Amino acid sequence: MAAYPRKTEATGLLGWFDERFPIVETWKAHMSEYYAPKNFNAWYYFGVLAMLVLVIQIVSGIFLTMHYKPDANLAFASVEYIMRDVPGGWFIRYMHSTGASAFFIVVYLHMFRGLMYGSYKGKRELVWLIGMVIYLALMAEAFMGYLLPWGQMSFWGAQVIINLFNTIPVIGDSLSLWIRGDFVISDPTLNRLFAFHVAAVPMILVALVFVHIVALHTVGSNNPDGIEIKKLKNEKGIPLDGVPFHPYYTVHDIPAIAVFFMAFFAILFFLPEMGGYFLEHANFEPANPLKTPEHIAPVWYFTPFYTILRSVTLSPFMGTLAMFGAIIMLFLLPWLDRNPIKSWRYRNTAHMLNVAIFAAVFIILGYLGVKPVTSELKELGVRMTEIYFLFFVVIYAHSNSHKPGRYLVWFLALAGAIFLIDWYRYNPEDIETAKQIKWQWIWPIGYLAVTLLLPFLVRPCNAEKAVPERVTS
Amino acid sequence: MSDSDSNKVDKKRRRMLIGATAVVGAAGTAAFAAPLLISWMPSERALAAGAPVEVNISKIEPGQLVRVIWRGKPVWFVKRTEEMLKDLASNVPLLRDPDSAVDTQQPPYAKNEVRSRKPEILVLIGICTHLGCSPTYRPEKAPADLGADWKGGWYCPCHGSRFDLAGRVFKNVPAPTNLVVPPYYYKSDDLVLVGEDGGAA
Amino acid sequence: MSNSIRKWVFVLIVPLLVLLILNIVGGSSGHKVPLQQVSVDLDDKASLQRGAKYYMNYCFGCHSLNFSRYNRVAKDIGLTSENGFSDDDVTKLIKENLIFTTDEEGKPVKTGTLMKTAYSPKAAAEAFGTSVPDLSLVGRSRGPEWIYSYLKGFYLDPSRPMGVNNIVFPEVGMPDVLINLRGHQVLEHEAGNAEEGEHHGAPKLKLVKPGKLSPPEFDRVVKDLTAFLTYVSEPAQLSRKTYGIFVLLFLILFFFVALALEKEYWKDIH
Repeated sequence: MAAYPRKTEATGLLGWFDERFPIVETWKAHMSEYYAPKNFNAWYYFGVLAMLVLVIQIVSGIFLTMHYKPDANLAFASVEYIMRDVPGGWFIRYMHSTGASAFFIVVYLHMFRGLMYGSYKGKRELVWLIGMVIYLALMAEAFMGYLLPWGQMSFWGAQVIINLFNTIPVIGDSLSLWIRGDFVISDPTLNRLFAFHVAAVPMILVALVFVHIVALHTVGSNNPDGIEIKKLKNEKGIPLDGVPFHPYYTVHDIPAIAVFFMAFFAILFFLPEMGGYFLEHANFEPANPLKTPEHIAPVWYFTPFYTILRSVTLSPFMGTLAMFGAIIMLFLLPWLDRNPIKSWRYRNTAHMLNVAIFAAVFIILGYLGVKPVTSELKELGVRMTEIYFLFFVVIYAHSNSHKPGRYLVWFLALAGAIFLIDWYRYNPEDIETAKQIKWQWIWPIGYLAVTLLLPFLVRPCNAEKAVPERVTS
Repeated sequence: MSDSDSNKVDKKRRRMLIGATAVVGAAGTAAFAAPLLISWMPSERALAAGAPVEVNISKIEPGQLVRVIWRGKPVWFVKRTEEMLKDLASNVPLLRDPDSAVDTQQPPYAKNEVRSRKPEILVLIGICTHLGCSPTYRPEKAPADLGADWKGGWYCPCHGSRFDLAGRVFKNVPAPTNLVVPPYYYKSDDLVLVGEDGGAA
Repeated sequence: MSNSIRKWVFVLIVPLLVLLILNIVGGSSGHKVPLQQVSVDLDDKASLQRGAKYYMNYCFGCHSLNFSRYNRVAKDIGLTSENGFSDDDVTKLIKENLIFTTDEEGKPVKTGTLMKTAYSPKAAAEAFGTSVPDLSLVGRSRGPEWIYSYLKGFYLDPSRPMGVNNIVFPEVGMPDVLINLRGHQVLEHEAGNAEEGEHHGAPKLKLVKPGKLSPPEFDRVVKDLTAFLTYVSEPAQLSRKTYGIFVLLFLILFFFVALALEKEYWKDIH
């Protein structure tokens, strides 16, 4: 700790503050003398956009809270009151509903950026872990917020999610009863989720975002080349490939914010329901505990995990475990991907395919979650779930490219595991499912062939490139 | 960045662009804040609840005060007797604004010595112009607590402001102005609508 | 350079893979009765006004619009002083065209009140065996196509308590309130497609007894009703697109100013 009084170069009012609070030091450490790699590309906008959406959600949320009534008898009407009677109310509500989806869009892209460029590597494990906790908190926040309009989807969505706790052996029933505070989702449930949604979780989110940035600024930002810019510094100790975050990245982010707002407001003003994906049609009917809507699907940002839940039919508890396991796997990524090369630019082709296929599989899982189940799509869900989990094994297998012989071993082991699961699932009397199993095995096996057999057989596809000393472009 | 680079920097252009971005950004932020702030204005529900109120005055006894609610506030209807109206003039030297000079306190049609459209019926918003308490109706003459000069009027229990039977404020009390006369008009001899001027004011 | 092409290839693989896999698997759910298309023009105030009038005459007896206010509806559908109606006219028009209900004391309700019905949900449940829904939001929960198809989709079915059934809402509990305007319809099936093993093809309605209106006239009535219900489901849609255009134009301006600032600073960086 510095001795008192604090020394400061600043004078005047700023000096007065700086003697009492490290205002200049903080500004320098995080803005004007925080050196960020100069080669950030468009993928690096999504962090600042996520912060922007957080602000939009907090501001619009505060104003919605002023008009909303967290009461099972009044909630639905109070939302319509906001939409019709409150001056400007519809705008505030659409900001919040569009913001919820926008949040997940930018966060998913932000996470995918981390995956492409290995942003969880090089002492950045904590940055990734804190980010994952933010993502979890965000999902909790979104789920709780979705109950508040008290429409049919609010009610039945919450019913399904809270009943997941039912599937836990022994304590499940008591646990979900405790969470609801009633035998069905009802007024006490609405009230407690409201408290979490407007007070507890937002506070946690803001604190986590702060910690996320402090951890990032301690290690320094990664970049599309995956090069540690702190390795090469000039005589003043400034990274050669770094530029001060302020003013360079502040002015760099403003046009991106304008573009983001164009998309955001285009949706808000022209397509606020976004074809039923941002605001679901059935949610314009008040909650009715006696009648489930014909087709119920969670909001789009939950659907990949919802499909995984539906696909694992071993037992309801296993389904729940698989769903949460899918999220836990993401937490483990820094310890699974042990390849020293960070950016996919310099990894082998098999790894690039692995990451691209994972993104596609995640999108397909999401698509399946909003569709009614048919035998084809159900089997596709199972196969995509298999690939989702295989991805984490394959990324581990890709950690060391110098012994391609191991790829063959991995391929045989994983393909064998898939075959065993199929053998267990196969029931010739269930004709429809059996028919689907018999041809849709191509997805996971094809995936394994592309990511493991291909680099084993075609050596150029296993070739990693030399990471340059300095950043490119 | 080498030193030769920073020499080339056109500082004037930078300042101009920073200024332009800041101004446009500030305008955008203001436009963004507007709907948030406007949402604090009365909603359609509040406006509907604050809609004009119809009052039937045929059953008010002389000297009686009837309260109705308009926009959540008490509105008084008093049917003044001949004697009450006659007494109004004698209060004038004691009043702060005997001629209703403050225009915000009444519509033009109530800017007269009786502060009403028809002399016998007085319509007032029953809220003290000091800090918003509702004064007590004291129509009796010269009661012990209000002194020998009292010719009937209102006494505010909060801070002791006094008003006469035209809602005019006395001197040397905390309230600064006369009681407010709301907009109203006669739909017929017996029906008064509070909250609208009835077209021609 | 080749590297930057290579990474774009891999980013583009993502959507291509998604489309490819979903196309190969296919498998959508079975066929439903297709809804009839209807284009709703909310700028056509005359249509909205007719729709409001039909709604008050044929629907409002049972179906409330709990979240709408009479005066707001009147203003939005163009019963305003700007359109040549005086304030008194507006009040009169609202009273004549819209307000049919009275409050507990039997007085006509005020123009700012919510459009509730005098019909109690309990009485409705007894009469129709089901609750009568509020229709404030049917334009959003079901959509205009559904409303349009539903109102045109009634046909005679003696097996039902009300003597009618509906092609898009099987086993409907509601009586066919527009039957006098439309006339009587019966359900027929097109010739079945033997290859797919269907007994009969798409269901089709046939007018067997004309009503007061010719089919095009009737379609206009239904379209007006659909337009009115679409408007009622979200009054904000009358104005929000206009705001949207200004916001987007402003953002384009802001983008170019901010871009000039960025370029000015990034000249420093090589």
